[in-house]
Amino acid sequence: MTQPRYRQPVSLFWWTRRRSYLLFVLREMSSVAVAWFVVHFLLLVTAVHRGAGAYQEFFEWSASPLLLLVNLVALAFVLLHAVTWFNLAPKAIVVRMQGRQVPPRAVAAGHFGAWLVASAVVFWVLVVML
Amino acid sequence: MARPSRAEAAAWLLFSAGGMVSALLVPVLVLLFGVLFPLGVLTPPDHAGFAALLGHPLVGIALLGLCVLALLHWAHRFRYTLFDGLQLERLRAPISALCYAAVLAGSVWAAFVLFGVGW
Repeated sequence: MTQPRYRQPVSLFWWTRRRSYLLFVLREMSSVAVAWFVVHFLLLVTAVHRGAGAYQEFFEWSASPLLLLVNLVALAFVLLHAVTWFNLAPKAIVVRMQGRQVPPRAVAAGHFGAWLVASAVVFWVLVVML
Repeated sequence: MARPSRAEAAAWLLFSAGGMVSALLVPVLVLLFGVLFPLGVLTPPDHAGFAALLGHPLVGIALLGLCVLALLHWAHRFRYTLFDGLQLERLRAPISALCYAAVLAGSVWAAFVLFGVGW
């Protein structure tokens, strides 16, 4: 049974009214940066497969002002994603140890720790090992 | 309120998994491949070694997983941004169809790039 429901008209720019609304929309928009990362990364892998010359050209192309700007903006958004994601983790995950609930701050700290370790491993493989 | 469907539950679960792997791995990868290597601040991995690493099947599977989950994360969040942010709730079905079609296309592309032979 569907009843006609009254909906208060909302401005298209509702999210500019408050800082928390704006932060919410920016957080949601971070997903576009995540998708852009996939595109840029697959272009990188394609260049690697094409050979050393194409690989070199990929970095030259990525050093152009437009691409650099896109990637700097993407970096800001994916950092926003990571920080907001790990801060929300304790709300989504309740960890119990020996019958007691692990404090939410410890759950968040665990996620930030995992982030640090994962980033360090990737950095080590790409910068030190290779 | 209608009960969320099984499909919505699956979409949310994949969004969540994608959000986690993206949060863990994407910032460092964007920082390195998007900023520090192009600017020459750090030396990019040497081509032969990097090609060998990417050619390892386990690395390929892990990277395919990262790409597919990251795209699924994007699709779920982006369509809700359109529904709520731009108030396109009426266009819910076509927007969802387009977003997940993009995920499918992106995933096929990723599989082709990561496992394709004969470059």
